[in-house]
Parts: sequence; C-alpha cells; structure tokens
Amino acid sequence: MAADFNWAVGGEAGDGIDSTGKIFAQALSRAGRHVFTSKDFASRIRGGYTAYKVRTSVDKVQSVVDRLDVLIALTPRTIEENLEELHEGSVIIYDGERTTMQDVEIPDEMVGIDVPLKRLAEEAGGAIMRNVVALGAACEVAEFPIENLDSALEKRFADKGQKLVDNNKEAARAGRSYVGEEFDHEFDYDLETTDEDYVLLNGDEAIGMGAIAAGCRFYAGYPITPATDVMTYLTGRIERYGGHVVQAEDELSAINMALGAARGGARSMTATSGPGIDLMTETFGLIATSETPLVICNVMRSGPSTGMPTKQEQGDLNHMLYGGHGEVPRFVLAPTTIDECFWKTVEAFNLAEKYQLPVYLTADLSMAVTEQTFSPDTFDMDEVEVDRGNVVDETAIDDHMSESGGFQPHEITDDGISPRAFPGTADGAHMSTGLEHDEQGRRTEDTEMRVAQVDKRNRKVETAREREDWSPREFGDAGADTLVISWGSNEGAIAEAVEILDDEGRDVRVLSVPYVFPRPDLSEDIEAAENVVVVECNERGQFADLVEHDVLRRVDRVNKYNGVRFKADELAAEIKATLAEGAEA
Amino acid sequence: MSSDIRFTDFKSDKQPTWCPGCGDFGTMNGMMKALAETGNDPDNTFVVAGIGCSGKIGTYMHSYALHGVHGRALPVGTGVKMARPDIEVMVAGGDGDGYSIGAGHFVHAVRRNVDMTYVVMDNRIYGLTKGQASPTSREDFETSTTPDGPKQPPVNPHALALASGATFIAQSFSSDALRHQEIIQKAVEHDGFGFVNVYSPCVTFNDVDTYDYFRDSLVDLKEEDHDPTDKEAAKDVILNSEQEYQGVIYQDEESMPYHEQHGVDEDMSVIPDGAPESATDLVREFY
Repeated sequence: MAADFNWAVGGEAGDGIDSTGKIFAQALSRAGRHVFTSKDFASRIRGGYTAYKVRTSVDKVQSVVDRLDVLIALTPRTIEENLEELHEGSVIIYDGERTTMQDVEIPDEMVGIDVPLKRLAEEAGGAIMRNVVALGAACEVAEFPIENLDSALEKRFADKGQKLVDNNKEAARAGRSYVGEEFDHEFDYDLETTDEDYVLLNGDEAIGMGAIAAGCRFYAGYPITPATDVMTYLTGRIERYGGHVVQAEDELSAINMALGAARGGARSMTATSGPGIDLMTETFGLIATSETPLVICNVMRSGPSTGMPTKQEQGDLNHMLYGGHGEVPRFVLAPTTIDECFWKTVEAFNLAEKYQLPVYLTADLSMAVTEQTFSPDTFDMDEVEVDRGNVVDETAIDDHMSESGGFQPHEITDDGISPRAFPGTADGAHMSTGLEHDEQGRRTEDTEMRVAQVDKRNRKVETAREREDWSPREFGDAGADTLVISWGSNEGAIAEAVEILDDEGRDVRVLSVPYVFPRPDLSEDIEAAENVVVVECNERGQFADLVEHDVLRRVDRVNKYNGVRFKADELAAEIKATLAEGAEA
Repeated sequence: MSSDIRFTDFKSDKQPTWCPGCGDFGTMNGMMKALAETGNDPDNTFVVAGIGCSGKIGTYMHSYALHGVHGRALPVGTGVKMARPDIEVMVAGGDGDGYSIGAGHFVHAVRRNVDMTYVVMDNRIYGLTKGQASPTSREDFETSTTPDGPKQPPVNPHALALASGATFIAQSFSSDALRHQEIIQKAVEHDGFGFVNVYSPCVTFNDVDTYDYFRDSLVDLKEEDHDPTDKEAAKDVILNSEQEYQGVIYQDEESMPYHEQHGVDEDMSVIPDGAPESATDLVREFY
C-alpha cells in the first residue's frame, strides 16, 4: 500500500471539530485520495474532548491505525489524549495566543507549529473561521494543494452565500501563508492527488440510501446515538421518493408505527440502538407471528443499560438472536463494510418480504460514524433488485380462500410462505394477530393448528437456507493454516492486519461473515484449519460461542470491549499473540 | 367500494366471547354501522385493536385488522394511515390500553391529528384480568388490588385530549345505540383525529358504573345547547361538569389533518421493481 497519512483535529465539543474534519476529508476525497475517518466523541453538547481523525492514501484505506502525523490541537487535552499515537516528527498545529494554549508543552521529538488561528481568522472576516485557518496551515504542512480545500468549502458553505465562501477561502490561505513564511521546517509529507472520482459516506448514510433504493417508503424512529444519522439522512430525502419519516414519541411507538405501515403494504423500517432494541423487543414477537415484513436496524453501541453511548461494541448479538419471549423466527444480517451497509439494506428488505418476517440489520458505532471513500459505481442503482415475495392481487386471491370463503394469510404451504394481501385488495380482508391463529388469522388454541403454524413459520427459515446465498466473504491466503473469522464491522481492520501479517511472512485466511442467522456452515473451513481465531468487539465472544456450537470445536478468541474499535496494527499483534499462546499450550 | 354495504358485512364469523350484556356489543355495533353509513367496506377498512376485552373487537369484526400488543394500538393505526391514506382506519381499545399502558401514545396521537378514529371502550375496570382498578376507576372503587379504592383521581381523558390539542373530542354510551352510532359517525367524518370515549359497562366486575348508573346520570350535550365549536364551552364541560355527559364536546372545524400538514398522500404500497428513478442523485450528493 502507498504511504498513508494520518491527521486529526481535536478540541472541545462545540468547537466545530466535526465540520472541520469533514471539510478536510471532503477535500481529500475530491482530490482523488482515499479517506477513512473516525471520531472520538462524548455524550455531551459542549466541553470535554472530541476529535475527528482522517486517514488517507492514494490506495484504499479501511481501518484506523495507532499513528498520528499531523494534529490540529485546539485544547491541551487534545495533545494529552493522543500522545500514544503521536510519534517522532509528528506536527502539532496550535494557537499559542489562545489563553488555554499559552503554556502548552509540545514534546521535544515533535514539531510545534504555533499559528495565531483566531487573529488570522478575524483578519479574514471572523473568529469563527479559526479552524479553517488551521486547515490552510495543515495544507501547507502536508503539501496538499489548497484548491481542493476550496472545493470542499464551497460544498459546505454554498447555501450561505458567496461572501462567506470567499472569506473562508481567504482564511485558509492566511493559514497556509503564515506557515510558509514563519517556518522553514521541511515536512516529509506530499499528499499527491489523482483523477479518481470518489464519494464519501458513513455507514448510517449507506443504510439510509440503501433503504430508499430498495423502495422503503416509511420510517419511524426515536433519536438515539449512533442510529440517529439514519433518520436525519432519510428526512428530507425519502419524501422525494414518495416516502415519509416520523419521529415517534418513543421506540415502542416507532416500531409499532413501522409495523402498521408494513401491514398497509409499505416497505417499512426503523433504526435504533441497544436501549431502543430492548423496548422494541416488546413488539418483536408480534411482527414475527403476524408474519409482517419489517427491517429493524440496530446500530450497536457499548452496553449494557446506558453503557458508553458514544463507544463501540458488538454486544447485542445474543439479544438479536434470542430476544423476546417464546420462539421467534428472524433473520440477522450484519454488513461487514460501509458499502455493504447499502447492499445488505437492500437485501434485508427483499428477505423480509420474501419470507414475511422481521429482519435485524445490524451495524455498529464504528461503522455508523465512519466515513469512507468509494467509487460511485459501488452503488450502481441499476443493480438494485426488488422482490416483494408472494403478494396476491384481486385475481390471484381466489386461489387462497378457505372453504368458508375467507382469505388465508397464514396458509399452510410446503415452503412455509403464505400469500399476502394489502389492504384495499377485494376479498382480502383478514385479521393479523399476536395470538396463535389459524390459516385465516383467527385466534385458535387447537393443538394441531398450533403445531402446524409453528412448523410453517420455521419452515420459512429452512426454505431461506436453501434458496438464498449465505456465504461469507473471503480473503487472505486460501491455503493458510490460520483461519480468522469475524462478523460485522471488523472486516476493514482485519483486511489490513492480514496485509501486515503477510509482510511478516505469516499467511492467514479470513472469513468475514455478514449473516449471523441464518449463517454459513463453516465446519469444513474450520476442520481444514490448524488455528481458528474469532475476532469480535465484545467480552463474551458471542459469535465465537455460535461457531463452537456449530462445529463442536474450541476456537481461539480475540475480544475487545474497551469501547474502541479494532485498529489494523493492534489487531495484527493480537492475532500473533493469540497464535503464540496456542502454540505454547 | 359498493353502495349496498350493510353493517353486518363488518361482522366476522367468530361469535364474541364477551359476557352476556357486556357494553362492548353495543360499542361494536355502533362502530360497524358508522363504518357502513360512511360508505366504507371491509376491504378498504383497517381496524387496530389493543389488548383486553376491548382488544377482541378485531376478531369479531370483518375487515383488514391488526390485534397488537397492549397499549400500542394508536402507533399501529398511525403507521397504517400514513402508508395508506386511501384506507379508513379505526383504532379501538380499552381504558387500560389507552390511558394506562398506552397513555403516552394517546397524548402524541392527539397532537399528530392523523385522520383516523379512536374509540375507547371505557368500563372503568380491568375486566379480562378479573377485576382490578383501571385509570378511570373512581377514587373509592374497591377492587382486588385496591381494597380501599385507588385513592387517586381518575384520569380525565377528555381533559388530556384537550390539553394535547385535540380537534375532535366526544363521549357516548354503548347502550344509547342511535346516539352512539351518530357520535362515532361524526368522528369518522372528522378531518383529523376523531376521539370518542364510550361508556361501555362491565356487567361482571363493575357494580358501580352500571347501565342504570349511566342511564340515570347521563346528560346529552345536544339537548343542553352546547356548541362544540366553542373551545371555552368545551373546557367548561370537561373540567367542571358534575354529571356524566354524552355528545360531541369539541370539534375544531379548521382541523388540518396530518397528511395535509405534511403532504403525505401517496399509497406507499406501490413501488417500482428496482431502485426508484433518479436514485443515482443520492450517490452524487456524496461527491
């Protein structure tokens, strides 16, 4: 891989850190460079510490690493928080005239670039642009053409008028010139540009875009970190495609509204995170037993309870698999990359409607708030297919009537899939209920019908196992003795870790699993491997437990639950350490 | 929709298991007649029911229907109506469903003013669980869980609705069949959230709020020269009346239902076979 460059801006919440970082990421993307961003943030509106980090290269980047080359520090704490990632020669840009930064100490082995950010911003038209001055300074340090920053500033401030755009451009140039004139230090960086076109988006946005592409028309949700971006993305956009977003009074209401819309025949969805999933579980069994197609997006964060709301974890797997009283058929999909968030969302809608059941679509914080560059072709809308399953209209409905003339939405069939009639379909009127029911949806406690309906619902899962492709994604060395297995968002870090291990002469095969239930049968892959390591962001090893259960063999585990996602270099070391332990034992 | 729809078309082939004499029989009959009178048929009607004796109503009526979880009937109805503005939506539940476990949803459904009808079958008792206090039980009403009475004031659902910005508030009595049907019909015809609290006596567990009690005490607002478009007069009835009453208490003639307010008027069940036209614009936004 070509050399990567790691940059960050940090300060207090309320310092405009997010938008500053986003502008720089956008500038790099528009310059034809790949970008992978990450955020350190806390659950507060002002104060504390927050940072926006950007990793960039002309080659694809899909993970964060433990290294920081250039840091814009608006507070002393920003430097303290990043000491471990800063290295010899790292550049720290700061405003020595800021009261809190006057006594700041820049470690000897690093390069401090003291720029009067606020003063230069005021000269350019307003103190509020001090972060843009810092971006200009960063362009000079990184030898990054400032015209690319102009383009990002235009996008960011276009709706605020040309004057503001021009002021910001001037502010950026003031920062660049100041560094050029005041410092004769030779920086090692050279951020070359390419002619490639990239789009830059995060996981929540990819899910939202996937929903619209799949024909989702109705979304109900309740704000919760880190799923809120799905709702804010859809708001104002889904309307252009005939849809609507409702902010419900709570998650109980959100999922019931989504259920109502689905019964009305709309492709419908809600998104939430752990605490919301707990509430929605009340209605989960009803969705499954009434055979209603619904996509429930769970953007996981650290739990239990309120846990660490702005931190990463993959701790909800067991809840999604087993949550709810009684035995409830469901699917659980876990896209492994940001672009797959788009495609798996489309797939989730098709699976929900084909098999008439709830589908959990799960992402996590690290994917939700991370932006990554992709070629626009990655999201080729012509490739989107919509399969609504067994929907019957006025003419076909006659084939699905009971002897007494009632429509049978829970008809017992060989594949378990029954016909579905939307309201308004003549002769299709029927009851849907959380009670056990007969083929017409009428309450029953008849022992034979009870068994027939339970079996029918489970048969849908077996049918799906046979008809659909549940394969894992595979990379690395197919013949390697070491097999690394992961689910969900760890794929990027693992992919880069494998490159690091490969450079050290260690071959690894990777299976990245986007389907938790139904899931691929990995028994042959596991039998063929000497060492098996399951990597996941939780303490218990919930997916590792499933793998052991499936193949009746112990596996090694790499678990992380400190609230921070896996980093490529750290993960490579972890995998090596785990294999070494195994060898000693 | 055919013009020869009779209210019996809204009856399912399931015989109600309500106790003989239960107020819910009359409540349901009025609902079915109001639906038929307003030109609806079972195939364009969606009934949402909650949990409890009242929740069984979806089983005894014939229409598209969902019998949901306890207390969440209003959000379901909201979702159905937003996805299908062409469908008549009627939500029914009990006083426990609507004013206890579902009270939060009640307030917000009122605020949203979605064009649907909400019928609360209020018997001031938990019947299906065999006689515990409900949110509308009297302060001194003795039950198995409140041997000395709840010692809390009952919820005033009309006041709650008024305070939440309701555009239609009414009260009826299941036994006064014609008036009950007439009031439900006005709620169905209302442009917005038509809320009707129905006194629907429980003959098994409530020996206080009986048919006789309501017959003797009920005042009809129609005969009292009450002007339902006068909000102050409505407030006076709701907060100060010392008698039970029936009739349309308040109706905002300027009511703008949710779908007009938000421009939600499409049948969302119809979608293309692939991504919608111009979906590629969404990708371009990320440049």
